[in-house]
Amino acid sequence: MSPTATTSAEVNGNVSAATARAAAKAAASAEATGPQTITMAKALNTAMADAMHADSSVLVFGEDVGMLGGVFRITDGLTKTFGESRCFDTPLAESGIVGMAVGMAMNGMRPVIEMQFDAFAYPAFEQIVSHVAKMHNRTKGTVKLPIVIRVPYAGGIGGVEHHCDSSESYYAHTAGLKVFTPATVADGYRMLREAIDSDDPVMFMEPKKLYWSKDLVDLEALRAEHAVNTERGTSSEGRAVVARPGTDATLIAYGPSVPTALAAAAAAAEEGRSLEVIDVRSIVPFDDETVCASVRKTGRAVVIAEAHGFASVSSEIVARVQERCFHYLAAPIRRVTGFDVPYPAPKLEHYYLPGVDRILDAVDDLQWED
Amino acid sequence: MTISADHTAIGQDAPEQPAGNHVSEGAAAEAVRKFGITVEDYMLPARHQIQMVDPDGTLNPHTEQGAQPGHEYALPADAELLDAYEQLVVGRRVNDQNSALVRQGRMAVYPSSHGQEACQVAAALCLADGDWIFPTYRDSVAVMARGVDPVQTMTLFRGDWHSGYDPTKHKVGIQCTPLTTQLLHAVGVAHAAKLRGEDTVVLAMCGDGATSEGDFHEALNFAAVFHLPVVFFVQNNQYAISVPLAHQSVAPSLAHKAVGYGMAGERVDGNDVVALLAVLGRAVKLAREGSGPLLVEAHTYRMQAHTNADDATRYRQDSEVAQWVARDPLKRMQTYLTDRGLLDDDGAARIAEKAEAVATQLREGLGEDVPVDPQDLFRYVFSTPTPQLKEQAAMLADEISRDEAAK
Repeated sequence: MSPTATTSAEVNGNVSAATARAAAKAAASAEATGPQTITMAKALNTAMADAMHADSSVLVFGEDVGMLGGVFRITDGLTKTFGESRCFDTPLAESGIVGMAVGMAMNGMRPVIEMQFDAFAYPAFEQIVSHVAKMHNRTKGTVKLPIVIRVPYAGGIGGVEHHCDSSESYYAHTAGLKVFTPATVADGYRMLREAIDSDDPVMFMEPKKLYWSKDLVDLEALRAEHAVNTERGTSSEGRAVVARPGTDATLIAYGPSVPTALAAAAAAAEEGRSLEVIDVRSIVPFDDETVCASVRKTGRAVVIAEAHGFASVSSEIVARVQERCFHYLAAPIRRVTGFDVPYPAPKLEHYYLPGVDRILDAVDDLQWED
Repeated sequence: MTISADHTAIGQDAPEQPAGNHVSEGAAAEAVRKFGITVEDYMLPARHQIQMVDPDGTLNPHTEQGAQPGHEYALPADAELLDAYEQLVVGRRVNDQNSALVRQGRMAVYPSSHGQEACQVAAALCLADGDWIFPTYRDSVAVMARGVDPVQTMTLFRGDWHSGYDPTKHKVGIQCTPLTTQLLHAVGVAHAAKLRGEDTVVLAMCGDGATSEGDFHEALNFAAVFHLPVVFFVQNNQYAISVPLAHQSVAPSLAHKAVGYGMAGERVDGNDVVALLAVLGRAVKLAREGSGPLLVEAHTYRMQAHTNADDATRYRQDSEVAQWVARDPLKRMQTYLTDRGLLDDDGAARIAEKAEAVATQLREGLGEDVPVDPQDLFRYVFSTPTPQLKEQAAMLADEISRDEAAK
């Protein structure tokens, strides 16, 4: 049971306090059955619902997020539970959505907004780069913008053009934005709660091909973990994790590439090679410590990302690791990334995407003969 | 007041009402009933711009104020007019002092609102204490007239930081350089206030050229759809740097754009502070009473170049500038108030003294050599600096300490 489930509706008028309490109770009792197999979509949805219960200033808006529940159904049921004042559709204009979120955040709200698809966020680029990212700095910290911009991103779903971009590098390059990307169901919940808790703006990059990935997750345990972290000021924010331990080489991946890296590590294990997989989780801030500890241990590394390799997050990771771990390296760091071409049409995307074979080829190239 | 009333209304109306019909039930309905005119007559600006005091300082007869049914405006109270006049004189002095400071190299740049002071002053004075204003880079006089310290206001142009005042404390947005992006922030502030049931009104400022920007459209549409208390105030000063209005828009007027969003628009003589106070005052009142957003276009003129880096003689004629000298907002107000016996020599001297005190404050404040702290570069990027920023901060500190040791 969410510890603060009764506070939200009493503060604002739309849902009566009793209705909200009943809804919270129903939701909690439905889920209070220990570990359950749920999708990342459900984890993200639950994170938003819990945050909305906990804090009446948390609002969700965007295109089709209301009655429809979003084109990916990530906001499913939020309007029904919290009313149209807390989760609502906006006119179809991304700059408007982000710009309005800036003003709302200036005036005490914590907007969680949805860009329908990666490439549809570009009309909002000016608001994100010139205002969301800079307001705290321009005002010497007097204005904080606790905004979460959720971006369903990357490919692997057979989407038509403009629906599969890996746009994380644009945001990571912009000073003042945090950039998170979950790869597991549990992190979907954990990281979205942390993003909503953040007083700084967060670009929350959701790998859309993982929306329907499933895992056995104990939501009550995750809620309890969040409560403890909130109380103690400890959280997983900004931390990478070892997704699979290994000794021979490190695969560094994030978001949609983490399952691919894990599959490659499993395949390599059958050939007798032990690969460690690092899930970066937070692109900004970047966890140099965890990444470098792994590379220093294994002496070899491959960075995997769907985005184009040129001038990208993957190039940044290679540069950072090389600067910090040069004397531990047995071979140059390799990258397996998308080619430097516009995201391909559905029938061509499997040529473009980093796959297990391409990753294993890169691992094979890490000068093992020495 | 519940925070959901209007969203619920929109949600309930949507399936039942065909597009284009909800005006009769929506934002304008109450105003229309109030004024006894058609929706179209309410939303469309009056046939002529509203002018109450003519350029010679004479009060126009009511029938010649540009008014028509639903667009009549009451003359503001004498005290309000005197207050406005004082602010006009201060504003003019601020503009000219700041331009001088740029010439002396004390400030990097200053986009002057010389000639537009009536708009600046009215924008600030039409609001109540709890209201917000979102200014552009040319609206420093309005910012000061809202009570922000003059020297803090000029920090952006002095060059030691991007902004010198706390926007939330003063309810004055940071002066915005990317055009019309601040209109959406105004919409958001109004939306948040409305959701909490507060009666805040937000005044959002932009210029004529800015109405070409996409965010102008998005802000007006969002404000209208969410039925928010925002007054959009366009200072049409005829030029976007060098490009005249005819190259930005062929709309009958910028105020006419309002009707496309389902809100009311009005045109006003932007050099007549009496008309501005009347029109903006009523717009703020209507917005506070729940009319939804409104658009006011003020017809004015940028008497000086865009900034000191610009050469206005390359794109406009001296004869055109001369015409606008004759429409000066200060002179007309001075004549009007003097003729009415509201302003005498003593009063004028007292106001001039006040203006001079602000000018002195600016000279002293901007003449000061303000120390900058290089660690500020890293301090405010995030609420808590990232490990990467801590590393970079240490690197710069080390660099500086080595430089100092070598001296």
